[in-house]
Amino acid sequence: MTTTANRPTETTDPTTRVTPTSPAGAPAPAEPTQPVRRKPVLAAAGGPSVRPPAAAHLSDEDVERLGAELDAIRDRVMASRGAKDAAYIRRVIKIQRTLELAGRATLLFSRKRAAFVAGTAMLSVAKILENMEIGHNVLHGQWDWMRDPDIHSTTWEWDFVSPARTWKHTHNDLHHTWTNVVGKDKDVGYELLRMDESQPWTPKALGNPLYNLVLAPFFEWGIALYDLELPAWQAGEKSTEDLKRDLLDTGRKALKQFSKDYAATPGAAALFGSGKQAFWGTFTANAIRNLWAHSVIFCGHFPDGVDTFTEEMIEGETRGDWYIRQMLGSGNISGSRLMHLMTGNLSHQIEHHLFPDLPSNHYAEVAVEVREICERYGLPYTTGPLPRQVFQAWAKVCRLALPPRAERLPKGSVNQAPPTVRRSSPLPMVAHGG
Amino acid sequence: MPPFRALRRAASVLTTPLAPEDFLGLVNPLASTRQLRGIVTKVVPETADSATIHFRPGKGWNPHEAGQWARIGVEIDGVRQWRSYSLSAPAGADPAITVTAIGHVSTALVRRTKPGDVLFLDVPQGDFVLPQHPRPLLMLTAGSGLTPVMSMIRTLVPRRPDADVVLIHSARTRADALFHDELLELSDQFPGLTVTHWFTREQEGRRLDLTDFGDLETLCPDWRERASYACGPADFLDEATALWEATDASPEGSLTIERFARALLAGTGGEGGLVTFEKSDKEIEVDGDTPLLEAGEQCGVVMPSGCRMGICRSCLTPLVAGRVRDLRTGEVHGDEGELIQTCINAAAGPVHLDI
Repeated sequence: MTTTANRPTETTDPTTRVTPTSPAGAPAPAEPTQPVRRKPVLAAAGGPSVRPPAAAHLSDEDVERLGAELDAIRDRVMASRGAKDAAYIRRVIKIQRTLELAGRATLLFSRKRAAFVAGTAMLSVAKILENMEIGHNVLHGQWDWMRDPDIHSTTWEWDFVSPARTWKHTHNDLHHTWTNVVGKDKDVGYELLRMDESQPWTPKALGNPLYNLVLAPFFEWGIALYDLELPAWQAGEKSTEDLKRDLLDTGRKALKQFSKDYAATPGAAALFGSGKQAFWGTFTANAIRNLWAHSVIFCGHFPDGVDTFTEEMIEGETRGDWYIRQMLGSGNISGSRLMHLMTGNLSHQIEHHLFPDLPSNHYAEVAVEVREICERYGLPYTTGPLPRQVFQAWAKVCRLALPPRAERLPKGSVNQAPPTVRRSSPLPMVAHGG
Repeated sequence: MPPFRALRRAASVLTTPLAPEDFLGLVNPLASTRQLRGIVTKVVPETADSATIHFRPGKGWNPHEAGQWARIGVEIDGVRQWRSYSLSAPAGADPAITVTAIGHVSTALVRRTKPGDVLFLDVPQGDFVLPQHPRPLLMLTAGSGLTPVMSMIRTLVPRRPDADVVLIHSARTRADALFHDELLELSDQFPGLTVTHWFTREQEGRRLDLTDFGDLETLCPDWRERASYACGPADFLDEATALWEATDASPEGSLTIERFARALLAGTGGEGGLVTFEKSDKEIEVDGDTPLLEAGEQCGVVMPSGCRMGICRSCLTPLVAGRVRDLRTGEVHGDEGELIQTCINAAAGPVHLDI
């Protein structure tokens, strides 16, 4: 294709350039510092030695067909992205920034009770939108296709203590690749809570409800700490150099976040005699946002009916198997469009896990098809209203604080390893098309 | 402006992780920390297939020299597309590009741009500019190759009474000729400008023949003494270059050319190719099924990577040139500067990566 583009003439044909270090075509020896490849790509055919119980009835061919159907959905929606979607994310960003500005401006006068309430409410909503529908999804690269450097996973930084870079690693890479594989996906309990029967019980687990109660309103600080991957460093899987870099970045980000919310903006409000109120208003907004994010995120993988997996179930996984694991390992939240927006469309957790880089405004339409596929292949599709899902997640937190029954035997009984209990029984909370 | 910078810094304490400009952007579309933008002020149709787009650039733009080009970004179906265009406005004036509707980006620019639209910009660049000292000039242009030369003529002719410029412009028909009337007016008004229009498809029309001296001798007998500039399609420039090389032109009789060029490397399918990692200074020949990530690792480039299955985008690497094939969909894509997921894209022809 020719265009009217005029370019200078000095550009020589790059194919003719001689590369000094390695003769053309001959690969240079791999450097010893090359990181060990963590895993092979998905198997092209076949299946894992053990399929998850909920998918055990499917043959390799079934799984392949299911994978192809989901691929087709993805391809179709990806190809349909266009100006309307670009306008959507820009509109959400505009609304969010306007709300944040209005909220913080109102808090300048929060000495008045009405201003305190209105300002805190606006800032809470702004922070929720910023984290959920904008930050999380932009950092997933859902909007990278627009090639707008202002709305791009490589440049975005969010209103969250954890820096985008460290979060993208633990979330996009580790969590989304190893979804609910116990021992691999550290999001199963965030190395803090006992969230699966197969995680060994220790007395530390007794604190489950208490930890979660503290974690909820300070969720962003918990995630920032979690993203440092201290246990991985202790185990020698993460280098000290990497840890130092992450510590520095996180410290810097935390300081900026803290001074904005608790020094600079209340300081500005102090000029209007509202310093103290603005401080507490911002604190409340952060707490509300954290509580909301915590609730929504806990609904994603912890309610009843959501499965976890063993490492042997992912050995030999094909693309179809990977899709199945994402569907069995995630739970949706039912609700209104506003509800979906405020959860950043993580209410469509199943669809998000199938297609993490699909623009969030398309999950609702995709959900209809995914649900139909699940029905057709006899796979559970977990969904429910927010209060029920939150309740179930909390019930699990409390239930797993206690040791499995087998360990609660009277003293002196034979000390044998407890059977690993996996819930493969019919799932009462699973909605089958209803 | 230190006070401004200090103020901005102070304000950013309140807006972190965003910049103050991100909030200013709510009211002023030119405010951006990362992207130079311009607002379209006027769109003037030139011929049936071309238009001149005038724009007011935001802060950070450098005034252009006559003959320079700039990268212009425009959003088409929600996707930012970049192309380079010569600036047709005279030096010192607000910038303008003249675009001919060939290819989908240029077509969208010509057909859909309206005042108030936002264009994304890169600063003007290029060495196709007027000589430092006054000299007699010969301009040889074809089609939209007239654009940078128009900027030179508009800059030079009205301001320099001693200007001596001969323009030979080749176009298909009179209706296709850019700036036709304006050029005639200028040559009427200023004796320093001589304009010859060469129409290839009008009656008795034929190609301007640069394979030998014939046409040139007729149109501009003293062409050997002039500093010459040529801009047009590749074969036009190739002929001109060959002609000048074959001549013992006087020291003054140099030829400066500006090429039309797009994708430096054309990929044709999923056949693989030579992958060059520019910063690492490594290259490797790979087949069409090897992800670029593996290609890099094979020749010892420390590639960023994550999930290795196309979901986490940890491996994004900028493409410098060439085309790549998405191993999931088979789609061949790739624009200069596009960030490539190396774990699920393979080379479709020669590829250059910025790593």
